[in-house]
Amino acid sequence: MENVLPAAAAPAAKKSPLALMERWGWLILAVLLLVVLPLWLDVFRLTLAAKYLSLGFCAVGLVLIWGYGGILSLGQGVFFGLGSYMMAMFLKLEAASNPDSSSGTALSAFFGGEGMPDFMVWNSVEVLPWWWEPFHHVGFTIPAILLIPALSAFVFSYAVFRKRVGGVYFSIITLALSAILAIMIIGQQGYTGGVNGINDFRTFMGLDLNNDKAKHVMYFITVVTLLGVVGIGTFILRSRLGKILVAIRDREDRVRFSGYDPAMFKAFIYAVAALFSAIGGALFTIQVGLASPSLVGIVPSVEMVIYAAVGGRLSLIGAVYGSLIVGSAKTLFSENFVEYWMYFIGGLFVFVVMFLPEGLAGLLARLREGKNRRENV
Amino acid sequence: MQAFTGLSIFTILMLMALGLAIVFGLMGVINMAHGELMAMGAYTTFGVAQFFKAFLPGLMSIYVIVGIVLAFIVTSIFGFLLERGLIRFLYKRPLDTLLATWGISLILQQVYRQFIDSREVEVPTVSWLQGAWQMTEGVTLPLSRLFIVGLAIATAFLVYMLLFRTRWGLRIRAVTQNRAMAGAAGIDTRRVDSFTFALGCGLAGIAGSSFTMLASTGPTTGQQYIVDTFIVVVFGGVESLLGTILSAFIIGQMQSWFEYGMSGSMARASILALVILVLYFRPNGLFAAKVRR
Repeated sequence: MENVLPAAAAPAAKKSPLALMERWGWLILAVLLLVVLPLWLDVFRLTLAAKYLSLGFCAVGLVLIWGYGGILSLGQGVFFGLGSYMMAMFLKLEAASNPDSSSGTALSAFFGGEGMPDFMVWNSVEVLPWWWEPFHHVGFTIPAILLIPALSAFVFSYAVFRKRVGGVYFSIITLALSAILAIMIIGQQGYTGGVNGINDFRTFMGLDLNNDKAKHVMYFITVVTLLGVVGIGTFILRSRLGKILVAIRDREDRVRFSGYDPAMFKAFIYAVAALFSAIGGALFTIQVGLASPSLVGIVPSVEMVIYAAVGGRLSLIGAVYGSLIVGSAKTLFSENFVEYWMYFIGGLFVFVVMFLPEGLAGLLARLREGKNRRENV
Repeated sequence: MQAFTGLSIFTILMLMALGLAIVFGLMGVINMAHGELMAMGAYTTFGVAQFFKAFLPGLMSIYVIVGIVLAFIVTSIFGFLLERGLIRFLYKRPLDTLLATWGISLILQQVYRQFIDSREVEVPTVSWLQGAWQMTEGVTLPLSRLFIVGLAIATAFLVYMLLFRTRWGLRIRAVTQNRAMAGAAGIDTRRVDSFTFALGCGLAGIAGSSFTMLASTGPTTGQQYIVDTFIVVVFGGVESLLGTILSAFIIGQMQSWFEYGMSGSMARASILALVILVLYFRPNGLFAAKVRR
């Protein structure tokens, strides 16, 4: 499945275990996520894994746009945040209309803010803002999560790419975008929950989210969606669209002179990545029970890039592993020696860029090539 | 008064952005650790203040000058080492430089948090910068801010002289305009790179030093300013120093005027949005210079 970029494996390589790992990467990942992890981890750890996998959606998107499109977006947190907040609005309204489901809403119902999210009552917002209204309905929420981030990403990036803004300029602009969204969310506390974000919801369409069974179900939904997303990504990269994308990355002018409109292709792939991130954000919110500005701003948006970089910027499957590995490392550090986490992640950025520009997937490919060479001698 | 508040934001942004613009214009390198270098300058000034307080209380009144000079020296040495040790390997990969320097910035933040102070630190204001200058009835300008504005103007002037009136400046400009030709003409482009990078970092150090006179410094101070600084550079047009100065001025002024009508953070957000909008119409910035790439 993951044989897109490296040249087709030599016949001799078919036998080596490393080559097999690459050929069957998607299946191995599926087995690992669907069988091994659920059997091995308890519910608490499994929810943590689900959290990292939700962030993995952004990393998969980044492989598409950064690894194959050559566009480094430092604003994936924006789309993750949009998905996450839209889902949180829906869950919050559900919690608000059902006072038993949340301690905060029971309190606010007591104070007369019936049907209003608790933080709005605390911030003395008396009428539900109009843009919250449609999120009463799941039939609006889910299409909105799928469409709004992708469409806005398309419109924004097409405008930018048409002006031939690219490279580091694009990175800086997207960085500013994630700063803007985080600042706005924190600033408009009455409408967005501010620094605390939106939390304290317990049901999703009447389904209790806090019992172990629901957590397992949500984990499997996340994994299946993620595998689907990786599949879609692979399909895109193998199609002619993927070839044109790589061509644009390597020599944009030539593609333009050949009669293509590079801006359209880049904007399309950027929208796909935004869609992936938004799905990840929505799944994140359901499972972690939180939508927070701390997942929107600059720091998380850049951190998502390291997930993709560790796994390998040219490997969709690697991005999933990268998210799991970096995420687990984060948990490990925060449980044991939290003050060293920043050194670790900072050092990781430097190390990966300097010594492993193609990440773990690149390392795997290099090992295999080395082995082939030895076998051929 | 509003205009004057804007002026002091402008000075910090300008000093930061000048360093960034020179480095980016010359090498196409994005230094995400620039904000932490500013913090390094601020902490150096803080250290100097502590040293004077403990050992030379009689000379306390001149610590500011020593602090500024030392901040420049410390940050430019660090910048030089950073260039030699990391960035020169990544010139062909600007996006990767961005990520690597981001890593450096995270490490530096934690160093500040762990070895200096996790809370914000403040420096004492020296006696001759206390008080205010009564310009007219009802308009008083704090002396410390006047000093910073003066410092920024002096620094900008010195940078101008260095770039346009010395041989080093000539070399830097030559390499910026056409690296291959400059190399063919016998300029050691690598040395120019190291020197310029150190200069840019030193300017961040001066920015940090003057920052201590405006506000207290914490481990994340640098990160709060980095995006604004980038936006200043991009808005001004990357290769144009005059553009950088003007755009720092415009953005500093907008910040303080917007704050009049809305909260500080919302003002920041709307300025960033406005700048992105302007960039849509002028992708190369307001005052773009023509450079062969």
